Amino acid sequence: MRQKKKPSSEQHEKFLKGIRKKKTLVTCLRVLLLVFLLGLWELCAFFNLIDTYITSSPSRIFATIGELIREWDLFTHAGITLLETLEGFFLSMLIGTGAAILLWSFDTLWKVLEPYIVVLNSLPKIALGPVIIIWCGTGTKSIVVMAILICVIITLLNMLTAFRSCEEEKILLLRSMGANKFQILVKLVLPASLPSFISVLKINVGMAWVGTIMGEYLVSRAGLGYLISYGGTVLNLDMVMASTVVLCFLAAAMYACVALLEKLVRRRD
Amino acid sequence: MNEILRFEHVFLNYHSLQGETPAISDLSFSVREGEFVSVIGPSGCGKTTLLSLISGLMPASSGKIVLDGDPVTKPSASISYMLQRDQLFPWRSIYKNVTLGLEIKHIKTPDHLARIEDLLKKYGLWEFRNARPRQLSGGMRQRAALIRTLALDPRILLLDEPFSALDYQTRLSVCDDVAAIIASEQKTAVLVTHDISEAISMSDRIFVLSRRPATLKNIYETGLKDFGPPLKRREHPSFPVLFEKIYREIRDDETKEKAKL
Repeated sequence: MRQKKKPSSEQHEKFLKGIRKKKTLVTCLRVLLLVFLLGLWELCAFFNLIDTYITSSPSRIFATIGELIREWDLFTHAGITLLETLEGFFLSMLIGTGAAILLWSFDTLWKVLEPYIVVLNSLPKIALGPVIIIWCGTGTKSIVVMAILICVIITLLNMLTAFRSCEEEKILLLRSMGANKFQILVKLVLPASLPSFISVLKINVGMAWVGTIMGEYLVSRAGLGYLISYGGTVLNLDMVMASTVVLCFLAAAMYACVALLEKLVRRRD
Repeated sequence: MNEILRFEHVFLNYHSLQGETPAISDLSFSVREGEFVSVIGPSGCGKTTLLSLISGLMPASSGKIVLDGDPVTKPSASISYMLQRDQLFPWRSIYKNVTLGLEIKHIKTPDHLARIEDLLKKYGLWEFRNARPRQLSGGMRQRAALIRTLALDPRILLLDEPFSALDYQTRLSVCDDVAAIIASEQKTAVLVTHDISEAISMSDRIFVLSRRPATLKNIYETGLKDFGPPLKRREHPSFPVLFEKIYREIRDDETKEKAKL
């Protein structure tokens, strides 16, 4: 039962205050750390202790972002990359979970495919780059396929493990009520695997970005990965750094969305 | 009283790569309607297997199991299972948990729902119908699990050590609760347990099984039916006598098993 709210004692107030104090301290230190590092970088650059041609500097990155917005249409590039990532992310979740449901339903199919899936999982997907380009062309399609390849196997394996770890006794209970396999899946296995689904989502937020940027290195004419790789080729480190900073923000925003979703799901049970 | 369940020379063998293990051997008995039967025996003797056989989740290797005059072949609506721990689904409310069986069978009719409402009200869970299982105490959760079992209006309840996960105090009061509910709903019950006191205090008859392969060694009538709730029955003078008898019987069996090894 939930505890009723009691008027708290002085001691309890003190306890709560201590916790709040610590939280504030941690937040302050986090911000200070960032300010300190950026400041150090900027100062080193200002006094010519480091070569800004190679290391860039915060102020130059900031200026370059402005320049990229004006002259390179940064938002279009960021939008393209974001779209590719989201596509890869959702498609791989869909395909991976779908395949996991199939393999859970047909045990023999899993037994047959297991060694192939394990090999595919350990294969570095970047090695398939040339094959993907030849098969899917040098457009967006190849990039999304790369992102899917990176995410899908890990999604499949994680979801299958989650499905399998469903309590045997609960399955027995449903079977004794006369449930068929589909009902066991829908009423028990899928809802019980929701927390695992969320943690796979979290892993894939990172993985989908890896796949997309890798894909853009390989083939693209647009996107943040393209800006980074182009900047690297012409030794424009400001451009590389500025694009990376934008990438950081996008990835963090996507992670925050998944974290929010997790919070909503947690409230469920 | 009418016979509701009968085992006729039932055998069951488990198959694994290591070979064939006989789990149940030549088991014959019958259960009367409205009776509370406990099955007790040394650990690992196949008590749970017995329930799987009754519920039709597992076919017997040979022999005949007859329920209400018909042979058991698949899970039947007249049997409901209550398992170790409550096994309530944490993401469903209490109400959604107890109506799970109706959902599975696609019979969420006004009739059945009204019956569930009755049960929840009668056994003090109506105010908690929208709560999640984790918000309830162990005893209340067990009561919810029992109502889920009763929701399909079964003729026989199978109870597989349903109290083993509870602490001792809760266990005693839940025993009283469950016994009272089963009696007032006039259900037949088969309880599997390894707790001799629990078996004596709850049942009309006790089947003692031998070690594996399980066969029926003895049947005891407790004769405590009209002596009040289970907790009270523990005070009856015949309680310790019966306890001693059954205890010796099971212990001798286990000692023989060890001597053999």
